[in-house]
Amino acid sequence: MKHRYLPMTETDKKAMLEQIGISDVQELFNDIPESVQFKGEYNIKKAKSETALLKELTLLAAKNADLRSHTSFLGAGVYDHYMPVIVDHVLSRSEFYTAYTPYQPEISQGELQAIFEFQTMICELTGMDVANSSMYDGGTALAEAAMLSSGHTKRKKVLLSSTVHPETKEVVKAYAKGQYVEVVEIPYRDGVTDLDALKSEMDDTIAAVIVQYPNFFGRIEPMKELEEIIHSGKAMFVVSSNPLSLGALTPPGAFGADIVAGDAQPFGIPTSFGGPHCGYFAVTNKLVRKIPGRLVGQTKDDQGRRGFVLTLQAREQHIRRDKATSNICSNQALNALAASVAMTALGKKGVREMAVSNIQKAHYAKQAFKNKGFTVAFDGPSFNEFVVELNQPVKEVNQQLLKEGIIGGYDLGRDYPQLKNHMLVAVTELRTKEEIDLFVDRMGDYHA
Amino acid sequence: MHKEDQALIFELSTSGRVGYSLPEMDIPEVNIDDLIPTDYIRTAEPNLPEVSELDIMRHYTALSRRNHGVDSGFYPLGSCTMKYNPKINENVARFAGFAHLHPLQDESSVQGALELMYDLQEHLIEITGMDEVTLQPAAGAHGEWTGLMLIRAYHEANGDTKRTKVIVPDSAHGTNPASATVAGFETITVKSDENGLVDLDDLRNVVGEDTAALMLTNPNTLGLFEENILEMASIVHEAGGKLYYDGANLNAVLSKARPGDMGFDVVHLNLHKTFTGPHGGGGPGSGPVGVKKDLIPFLPKPVVTKKDREFVLDYDRPQSIGRVKPYYGNFGINVRAYTYIRTMGPDGLKAVTEYAVLNANYMMRRLQPYFDLPFDRHCKHEFVLSGKRQKKLGVRTLDIAKRLLDFGYHPPTIYFPLNVEECIMIEPTETESKETLDAFIEAMIQIAKEAEENPEIVQEAPHTTVIGRLDETTAARKPILRYQV
Repeated sequence: MKHRYLPMTETDKKAMLEQIGISDVQELFNDIPESVQFKGEYNIKKAKSETALLKELTLLAAKNADLRSHTSFLGAGVYDHYMPVIVDHVLSRSEFYTAYTPYQPEISQGELQAIFEFQTMICELTGMDVANSSMYDGGTALAEAAMLSSGHTKRKKVLLSSTVHPETKEVVKAYAKGQYVEVVEIPYRDGVTDLDALKSEMDDTIAAVIVQYPNFFGRIEPMKELEEIIHSGKAMFVVSSNPLSLGALTPPGAFGADIVAGDAQPFGIPTSFGGPHCGYFAVTNKLVRKIPGRLVGQTKDDQGRRGFVLTLQAREQHIRRDKATSNICSNQALNALAASVAMTALGKKGVREMAVSNIQKAHYAKQAFKNKGFTVAFDGPSFNEFVVELNQPVKEVNQQLLKEGIIGGYDLGRDYPQLKNHMLVAVTELRTKEEIDLFVDRMGDYHA
Repeated sequence: MHKEDQALIFELSTSGRVGYSLPEMDIPEVNIDDLIPTDYIRTAEPNLPEVSELDIMRHYTALSRRNHGVDSGFYPLGSCTMKYNPKINENVARFAGFAHLHPLQDESSVQGALELMYDLQEHLIEITGMDEVTLQPAAGAHGEWTGLMLIRAYHEANGDTKRTKVIVPDSAHGTNPASATVAGFETITVKSDENGLVDLDDLRNVVGEDTAALMLTNPNTLGLFEENILEMASIVHEAGGKLYYDGANLNAVLSKARPGDMGFDVVHLNLHKTFTGPHGGGGPGSGPVGVKKDLIPFLPKPVVTKKDREFVLDYDRPQSIGRVKPYYGNFGINVRAYTYIRTMGPDGLKAVTEYAVLNANYMMRRLQPYFDLPFDRHCKHEFVLSGKRQKKLGVRTLDIAKRLLDFGYHPPTIYFPLNVEECIMIEPTETESKETLDAFIEAMIQIAKEAEENPEIVQEAPHTTVIGRLDETTAARKPILRYQV
């Protein structure tokens, strides 16, 4: 057969078979036992030409209501943000996207340096000493943080605030089961972690306390009080943060966090139906040799030129095998590059301006809901999300909104039975006054 | 700074420059101090660079020129399947209807995305010969861990709690034992025999009532098909264990043999290898897991299913191991893999494997006179050479790899698998032309001659790269892991 990705001609093939000393390619597969040989071809769809396939998939994509043609107030861990157009231009450099992991530093300096810069930017935003080269996403990064804490403290129990992203909580629990770590949820009160409940669970068996800041309801957690309680119990203070929020908010590092993990999706990474995004993982210096995944370090060549290498690899699976600090191998390098470009474009002024814009616009929307007669649940200092109470199921309201080109907020009743008819609304810097006003207007009939 | 150093983006920063264009603030602003308590307002600015848009493009363009990808040149990196990354995949993944979907939108508004996932699952079920597939795991190692958690849940559901051990061959990828550990198992190693295959007697010795699973790559990391696979399957199954297939080497057997037919119970695939999701400099990948019927109840939730003519996310899975990842996997990579499969079709995928294997065998036979060939038999999609002969001349495998850089090639995988001395592992893939293979072979032959006649040129390589061999010892001893302003 002829195919544009398969360059061998019949003449080539003949010469190669001759070199090998066989007459038919099938002879190369005769070591597969007869009874397990697959005969014939897969029963799958026939190949399409480039044009026909593009048309089919264009139509398939058009069946979806995307965030470019709709106005979204949906967040809950994944956000529709300003994406500097240059991000995709950099990502489209195929020297980056068609490369493998930079195990050969002499021809991988570009990738290695970009990751070194990413590590630096994550440290700057989180206020931590060391960041790795990325994790799969915020959920698995936090799960790895829980596992690191358990390994480091040799304690087998972690406390998880109920205001952490519900899907992330499930991932933490799945990882914890793997390593026989017990997970206990701490309830919330008034929309933030219940400090009294936390105190009553603290004892010398607790490896870590995991909180999200800003939390799943958009609220700012009482970080100072949390830190005191957690560290007085000699447990590790593990924080999941939206890194964009840290452009305006005091970073977890300044509150004494031991591990900060999260997702860099708000920086230049498309929502992409939930993945790939870009987990990040940052720690204090004392945990540097326990950190999971790849780390890039600076060094020199024999002529004194600055260069970068993958380093401290004795932590990793390809060296330590069953004693590795994690099994992670592939990470999200290309999306770490995307996040780096976006963070670079924003720079120190832009990241603050964008974060503040989120706070301002969400506040404006929150006030507009209040003015319309809505009850805002858990009202208090928040980043770009807040909770409104409705008089009917969120799913039904969202189906009505969709008809008007609006993607409504998240149905909290899915994860919190007591929060039936509660909608988590996200307002990013992208939403205009006009869009917010229209949204609040269309929600008008649904207030509780 | 050395005069030849590539500037860091932070070193290009000038106060007052901007590279962004944020949306207008079209709402009345409130004093931020009235919204956020003072202690929670950031005081010290993060030290991010201040550069213009052109500065950014020049910086990253310069970095890209210091990087080698498949589009730059041949990349015969064993076990990694560095084949061509089709450009149509990139176009499709960027369609707004795929790239800009929120994972928590109402199901009715993402029917196209769910349909694609469902159809990809169906294709992967046929390709692997399994009964069900989940697309949730983010990468190969993540798929391994997911698969092992499924096996653990299966044994536990049967009250079989003494199965604490996972067996892996000594030639296995490092992720296998690491995944076993994080899934709560102890790893037992089974030896390879003199033919490079799993030693059946040793396998019989190590299996028992405590065996949870055997993890196997087939063809194995030496590029050899485990001919005794059916016997191995019956040894493990008779002992009550499950058989796990590491799909890293699936490119070798498309349309030739299916893991499901070989007796495997669980399979993970690396869509970023066999199915051309680009490697991205180390990710993102995608690591779907396929299972046989008896493991379906334990799959991570939600599962994409079809109900009448609607595609739905099924969360009602009481025996599920839970979630291994928020949302539904690396959808963007799955879109690319789906596009690739639809570009190739059944006859195309068959040709992929035939050419991948033909290319590897051709290279192996042409290089055989110049390097030690530890296993002299037909290989699959990759093969290993040993640099033992060159080592006696003072030229190590590492030197050979570095010398290849001077010819513009990415070197093969070296020093892996661990059971071959001075190992050089070559995987050409099917997308390379004969001219490319021949030119690489000539370079290898020249290096073999240099090792005899002029070893210094190899030992001191590379000579043409932007930087020489780096001091990795100091990098690890005194780690500098971030730029300090």
